[in-house]
Amino acid sequence: MIVAAPQTIQEVQEVVRAHERVSPRGGESKPGLILHHEGAFQIKTNALRGILQYQPDEFTFTALAGTPLLEIEAHLGQHGQYLPFDPPLVEAGATLGGAAASGLSGAGRYRFGGGRDFILGVRYVDSEGRLVSGGGKVVKNAAGFDLPKLMIGCLGQYGVLVELSFKVFPLPQAFCTLQAEYAALGQALADLNTLNLQPLELFALELIPAVGVVLLRARLGGRVETLAARAKRLRNLLHSDQLTSLEGEAEARLWRDEREFAWAPEGYCLVKIPLTPRRVSELDEILAAHQAHRRYSVGANLCWVAWQADIADLHLRLKGLKLSGMVVRGDAGSVLIGAAEQNEFARRVKQALDPYCKFPVATYAA
Amino acid sequence: MDFPALYSALMELYPAERLLTKPAQLAAYESDALTSYRARPKAVVIPETQDEVIQTVRLCHRYRVPFVARGSGTSLSGASLPLPEGIVIAMNRLNRVIRIDPEQRLAVVEAGVINLDVSRAAAPYGLYYAPDPSSQPICTIGGNLAFNSGGAHCLKYGMTSNHVLALKVVLPDGEVVQLGGESLETCGPDLVGLFVGSEGLFGIALEATLRLLPKPEAFKTILAAYDALEKAGATVSKIVASGLLPGAIEIMDNLAIQAAEAAVNAGYPRDAQGLLIVELDGEAISVETDFAFLQEIIAASGAYEVRIAQDEAERLRIWKGRKSAFSAVGRLSPDYLVQDGVVPRSRLSDALGQVQRLSQETGIRIANVFHAGDGNLHPLILFDGRQAGAIERAEEVAGEILKLCIEYGGSITGEHGIGVEKRHFLPLMFSPADLEVMCALHRQIDPEQISNRGKMFPS
Repeated sequence: MIVAAPQTIQEVQEVVRAHERVSPRGGESKPGLILHHEGAFQIKTNALRGILQYQPDEFTFTALAGTPLLEIEAHLGQHGQYLPFDPPLVEAGATLGGAAASGLSGAGRYRFGGGRDFILGVRYVDSEGRLVSGGGKVVKNAAGFDLPKLMIGCLGQYGVLVELSFKVFPLPQAFCTLQAEYAALGQALADLNTLNLQPLELFALELIPAVGVVLLRARLGGRVETLAARAKRLRNLLHSDQLTSLEGEAEARLWRDEREFAWAPEGYCLVKIPLTPRRVSELDEILAAHQAHRRYSVGANLCWVAWQADIADLHLRLKGLKLSGMVVRGDAGSVLIGAAEQNEFARRVKQALDPYCKFPVATYAA
Repeated sequence: MDFPALYSALMELYPAERLLTKPAQLAAYESDALTSYRARPKAVVIPETQDEVIQTVRLCHRYRVPFVARGSGTSLSGASLPLPEGIVIAMNRLNRVIRIDPEQRLAVVEAGVINLDVSRAAAPYGLYYAPDPSSQPICTIGGNLAFNSGGAHCLKYGMTSNHVLALKVVLPDGEVVQLGGESLETCGPDLVGLFVGSEGLFGIALEATLRLLPKPEAFKTILAAYDALEKAGATVSKIVASGLLPGAIEIMDNLAIQAAEAAVNAGYPRDAQGLLIVELDGEAISVETDFAFLQEIIAASGAYEVRIAQDEAERLRIWKGRKSAFSAVGRLSPDYLVQDGVVPRSRLSDALGQVQRLSQETGIRIANVFHAGDGNLHPLILFDGRQAGAIERAEEVAGEILKLCIEYGGSITGEHGIGVEKRHFLPLMFSPADLEVMCALHRQIDPEQISNRGKMFPS
């Protein structure tokens, strides 16, 4: 495998022009998402690093694609701001470009939305080696086709992302998390559904089935003087007599561990499965039968599974449930599993942007 | 192109009352809210089912006759301007709210559903649909999707695209595709995101699955009057820098205030040179706490009058004035152009100064209304179309304002889209390579350019 680490955008353009097949990579914190592309020349974007523009009172920043999220987070934090879509694997070395290309958002996307809701602009090197821009750098923009959104979850299929602009928000002054325990999934799910409908402005809402117990975690954020009263209100909505409250560093660590997938054992496949609260019970029946480690994140709009058994089995099960999944870590042979979502529109988009398949194509497992 | 063959086929598909060809019937469809552009289509069809739309698109494709899908025609960029050689597909009767699913916080609606009707249908469950363009009592979801409509609450809640989970779309050749799903999350590229805001060039959205949000528990709306517009602008920067995240931050200048007062009597201070409206929303206790901070900022901002909405009726009156500002300007001038540029928020005061300079230099009156939290300017350029050359002069000023927005690092449209009006400005914002990529997408999805031909790209 031949790998290049271009130092400049011009070098990326030269490499793309010089090779028939090219495959982009970021920080490789999500190795499962690197699409197989026979004989492709690998471009690592890590050297394209740095925040190019950040004006806190604009709520926006622009950075090169290889900039580590850790660096961005630290920089925003100095000004009391953060990335509200809560991209995962920050400490594992995830980059801004990888966060966009993977389309992954963390538990914190429950409050304000995912990567698609915060991306403003993109620059990428296309299959002809041209530097192409889409969107802009201001918080509101409706000019031209929305290429930035298309790049969220693109998995490197359309080009090499080199620069991205995002909207940011003020970081809440303080957080607290309430954890409720339940004997059965049904009770926990009922409370999750109740909270989903409340005007509570939760920053995260997660359901975690474990051995003999089901946990529900709700995260509140805001001004410190409001938290106690809001937590009390939250408690009153939950039908659990096992309630724990977490604050301060322990609370922050809990969610940091969540976004690093500290709960997923080494060597297991880590799979993202989009779903809705109504589908939780039927999926969980299968996952429980396989003793899979799992959590239902974003108000049960997203299931994360650490799967030890044969991934082909999960693929068939998901297909049966008409759910699809994406293998973020582990070798599954195919990044996308379960029920195929490809359609004619997607085919035409790929054909327009990369007619000779210089970049890889994401296909579903057979 | 074979219009006679298409017409014969359409006569099979539609009863006479839903296939319009008489000049008097077609006149209503000649333009949208940007009335300075007009064209009479060959026919208008009024489908009542999704299948009728699909069949119509397939027929247009077969006979190579271009079509323009149209909702309520509230576009301010000429988005639904017909083609003299084409037909209009009027989508208003596709207005079924198919499903409200409170448990999953979503609504499935047809494209002709009125924006505000989504929130009305969701209200019994304590939910609402957040995007609120000023035309929301009449504009349709289909139009909102095509142009990624905004509104007053975009800084915190985003635009239309941020609230669309899934779409059922008929592509320009009649193929029907499903994009997205019911979950907030997806695997693979954001195709819904690409479709929304494509200005009708990728086909027609038939049905949309929209994200609903729990209605905020509390609102606090404050109105501050200033003797200078710049003071209102400077206060916006202070609010944003404080770490507050208001639901809306709006500014109106004196001319816009006069218009709104004449039209709806919103109770604004008539002598204010700049009027700032700030609204906080959310959990009651958080709103109360944040509001105390907001009041401190406004108290120190040099406002000569401050009013707080005491109840929901007063809050709605404040918003009625703001949301009716565009049409209200009709009371000050026989004609006007609404512009829709965006500048970085920190350049708001500079941009306003330049707009005022342009007004003084040209002698053309300009009223200013803007979504200040987003840096989204809406200068209303007043003119009398009966005077020779007046519209051309107004358009020239509008063009200067757009160039200014690009110069400041902003955009030529925040929420109205490019349409026909701003086609020639697109190359000022994007390079030839950027435009070529967009055109390649367009060509691949609609090789015949049959769907909303002539919009977005310079001819």
